[in-house]
Amino acid sequence: MEQRLAGHFAHPDPEGLRVMINSSLKQLGAMLAGKQISSVELTQAFLKRIESHNPDINAYITVDAEKSLAQAAAADRLIAGGKAGAMTGIPVAQKDIFVASGWRTTCGSRMLENFIGPYDADIIERFDAAGAVNLGKTNMDEFAMGSSNETSYYGAVKNPWDRTRVPGGSSGGSAAAVAARLCAAATGTDTGGSIRQPASLCGLSGLKPTYGLVSRYGMIAFASSLDQAGPMAKSCEDMALMMNVMTGFDERDSTSLQREREDYTRGLQQFEGRERPLAGLRVGLPKEYFAEGLDASVAKVVQQAIDEYRKLGAEIVDISLPNTQLSIPVYYVLAPAEASSNLSRYDGVRYGHRAAQYDDLMDMYCKTRAEGFGAEVKRRILIGTYVLSAGYYDAYYLKAQQIRRLIAEDFAKAFRQCDIILGPTAPSTAFRAGEKADDPVAMYLQDIYTIAVNLAGLPGMSIPAGFAEVDGKQLPVGLQVIGNYFDEARMLNVGHAYQQVTDWHQRMPEGI
Amino acid sequence: MSLNTADVKRIAHLARIEISESEAEATLHKLSGILGLIEQMQAVDTTGIAPMSHSQDVTQRLREDVVTKTNQREAFQKIAPAVENGLYLVPKVIE
Amino acid sequence: MEWEVVIGLETHAQLQTRSKIFSGASTTYGAEPNTQACEISIALPGVLPVLNKEAVNCAIRFGLAVDAEIAPVSVFARKNYFYPDLPKGYQISQYELPVVGKGALTIQVGDTEKTIRITRAHLEEDAGKSVHGAAEGMSGIDLNRAGTPLLEIVTEPDMRSAAEAVAYAKKLHELVQWIGICDGNMQEGSFRCDVNVSVRPKGSDKLGTRREIKNLNSFKFMQQAIEYETRWQIETLEDGGKIEQATVLFNPDTGETRAMRSKEEANDYRYFPDPDLLPLAISEADKAAVKATMPELPQAMQARFVSEYKLSAYDASTLTSSRAIAAYFEATVAAFVGEAKLAANWVMGSVAAKLNEEDKDISASPVSAMQLAGLLKRIADNTISNKIAREVFDAMWAGEGDADAIIEKKGLKQVTDSGAIEAIIDEVLAANAAMVEEYKAGKEKAFNALVGQCMKASRGKANPSQVNELLKKKLS
Repeated sequence: MEQRLAGHFAHPDPEGLRVMINSSLKQLGAMLAGKQISSVELTQAFLKRIESHNPDINAYITVDAEKSLAQAAAADRLIAGGKAGAMTGIPVAQKDIFVASGWRTTCGSRMLENFIGPYDADIIERFDAAGAVNLGKTNMDEFAMGSSNETSYYGAVKNPWDRTRVPGGSSGGSAAAVAARLCAAATGTDTGGSIRQPASLCGLSGLKPTYGLVSRYGMIAFASSLDQAGPMAKSCEDMALMMNVMTGFDERDSTSLQREREDYTRGLQQFEGRERPLAGLRVGLPKEYFAEGLDASVAKVVQQAIDEYRKLGAEIVDISLPNTQLSIPVYYVLAPAEASSNLSRYDGVRYGHRAAQYDDLMDMYCKTRAEGFGAEVKRRILIGTYVLSAGYYDAYYLKAQQIRRLIAEDFAKAFRQCDIILGPTAPSTAFRAGEKADDPVAMYLQDIYTIAVNLAGLPGMSIPAGFAEVDGKQLPVGLQVIGNYFDEARMLNVGHAYQQVTDWHQRMPEGI
Repeated sequence: MSLNTADVKRIAHLARIEISESEAEATLHKLSGILGLIEQMQAVDTTGIAPMSHSQDVTQRLREDVVTKTNQREAFQKIAPAVENGLYLVPKVIE
Repeated sequence: MEWEVVIGLETHAQLQTRSKIFSGASTTYGAEPNTQACEISIALPGVLPVLNKEAVNCAIRFGLAVDAEIAPVSVFARKNYFYPDLPKGYQISQYELPVVGKGALTIQVGDTEKTIRITRAHLEEDAGKSVHGAAEGMSGIDLNRAGTPLLEIVTEPDMRSAAEAVAYAKKLHELVQWIGICDGNMQEGSFRCDVNVSVRPKGSDKLGTRREIKNLNSFKFMQQAIEYETRWQIETLEDGGKIEQATVLFNPDTGETRAMRSKEEANDYRYFPDPDLLPLAISEADKAAVKATMPELPQAMQARFVSEYKLSAYDASTLTSSRAIAAYFEATVAAFVGEAKLAANWVMGSVAAKLNEEDKDISASPVSAMQLAGLLKRIADNTISNKIAREVFDAMWAGEGDADAIIEKKGLKQVTDSGAIEAIIDEVLAANAAMVEEYKAGKEKAFNALVGQCMKASRGKANPSQVNELLKKKLS
């Protein structure tokens, strides 16, 4: 058995490969521990898949087989020495927003085209310490600004379910990599929906944790008060294992929270095999999330998922989040304001792009930044600069922060009536490439259901809930699960219970 | 709040982003759309509401005053556009 | 028309911490360029700030020293502008809610005391340095200083002359060193002043347009710059001109101020609360903990010197110009167990003169407080005269030993044996018959001359009052 499987992976036959790429992290861990496969073999298999599929999907910006295989070999030594943890030897794709020592880290921007990380982000250190393999750096919207992955300097990412469509953004590369089985799992970051929306559009599970649970150290900043990293994987069970690696206090990040470490896998088994595993769970449905603007085909799938939850024993409660509509304007003041300042360091002085020709210092700044940043990033910098400029601060920034509080209070009230909130992740399924590229406002509305969660600092998750038929294609639909602060374990349990009775999360795009 | 191209150019200069006349025109159109979206906020009465900067009600943690960093100039300047004798070079700074 | 100058100061005091305000990079001065510029100092993508506890304690110390409100909650904000020595493109500072609020500092100008109101003091990070001429047509950027903690101390426009401004700056300079938050080294830029100057017709209560003189790093330059600037503004107005708000630099070579190349949008700093940092909370307990480590403040010590040592206000103020001088004085008095005024005179006199001459700090004085007290004891018990004491002091300064050893070795002990003194007097009287005649003829002056001759004959060692007494007896 050992021999046979090892044979499959060393010289992958279709069946062996199929088993492997669809295996859960837990299964992969067992195979590694049982020496049915080595981490080197597993890594090689994924690298091979990247080699054949990435030219089309464009999920990765940087792959460095030598580095990945060296890590895999080290992981194999750990396994041989009996020192393996749950993630040891597992190939994980890292969003190209995390600075990794020796790895090119571009953040999807021309500005950092030649930026080789001189240090490790906290996240990278944690995966390294867990013995995981960094499989490569995934494509993303430039500086995480976008909902379609079309703003990347390194080209758009294609949605593996329909290559004429976008994978969502900004963690579109990670989403496509998981969906196309070009990694075992991936990391993402979410400022206004950048984990959840691509997870929804690509049919996978993605979790944005409570703000402060995952260190932002070494994660290139977009909007500091909203940015949070999280896992993107095939299932809630996989995400729980990823969360165990990613979360934890980091003294280098002033906003990192000092909390006792949690085992996010701890409650997963409790529901398995039970008839009404979610009996007693109060599920809130915000009426604003089912109002105008939601595609009927998406609404239908989400409704079916809610029915499933009812069957699982959950009690459904109608709730209201009255300021939902305001989350978009608030976000498009706060995020660009913070971004305009966060991106000031890209001035061509110490690292990154510098214009080839310039007259003087001022000209160097202006040309460097005009060349180094793409159109969407520049737009957001301009918006942010404008709303902070003399005379406008109170009307925009201060006002937005006040409304931010109203939005957070909406959730606080809601969580007095329910334990968890369910709704759609995105108003539609994956849209066509180029469809909204020229209309920022239409693009921004993609985040209508996800942004408020970031503003409140709450955890939010998207899990596959089925498919909607659009133009004869079956496209994935995500169900959003919003929890109260630090309620990730419960959210994962709630998602896992659903994934025990559905198989949406196991579906794979054709031609992969 | 309506913008004109002069505003766009002023903001772009403040942000140190070179922008041509035609780019300013195109940008104006898009920025105005975004500002229109933002304008919805003005309808909300926020009198007496404390602004929210952080989602958690926690205060700043303090670091002990200890030197923990060592010299990494060589590694850091390997990725610099222009250096000489350990200094980052820029076009002459005029005061 | 008579004019009045109105002056306010903004002082940047570098805080004496080992590491930077938001990172663990060293703050030591004078290192090779960029060798103390860690990933946070150079603002690599992804790095974040964490606040240094000692910088906060320094701010609390200052607040306590100027009797100011210390904010229970203060907030760090970003001041956005582009400059090559500002790696993040923003400076982390405090804007709406500074750590230290309203306070006051009393200064002395001539015989009058004046209280200067302090508006606020806030924590912020220093920028790096531009080195000119690093390469042809280029500037070099050294970020070693970037992130060094600063306390910016802002006054109300309460000063009305260059002398007052300088007196305030000096007083503040003394204070920050006194409470141990700043080394006060102006050459190295540890203490830098920006001076806001405006003029208005005397009697007016409206402020004129101000110009800000940046980065003055000596009190002499400050005096010159303010005087020049004041004259320039008055002349400009009298010639019918208008003062434009501007930032100006002082050129020590020409003694003139000139406006910096204007930056069109110079003041649009787009301040907003730094989302990477949380509100800084300072509790009563935090304040109490810092207070417990505070030294006696100069003002209080001055008052104590007057009451405890019966010194004049002037002496007390001079002796409390630094903590080291005050400590030296008090150690001398304690070991001496005699008249404090004598100790004060020596510390302010011979000791200060020697230190000044050799450009030394009192901590480097070759004569310790204990040694000085040893000398004072010999003056008090008439072993030596004041004059001989100066000779002994010089020898002590030169490292020849303690007072007693030097007196012994050089045979400087005062002669108090009346037989020996009489013998000297007899010799002098015999040799100066003419003077004796003059004295007898009623010329009082001749008596003094005879005393002088006796002292000279004893090589200064005879006890002067005994000489006086015995001489009078002999001549009567």
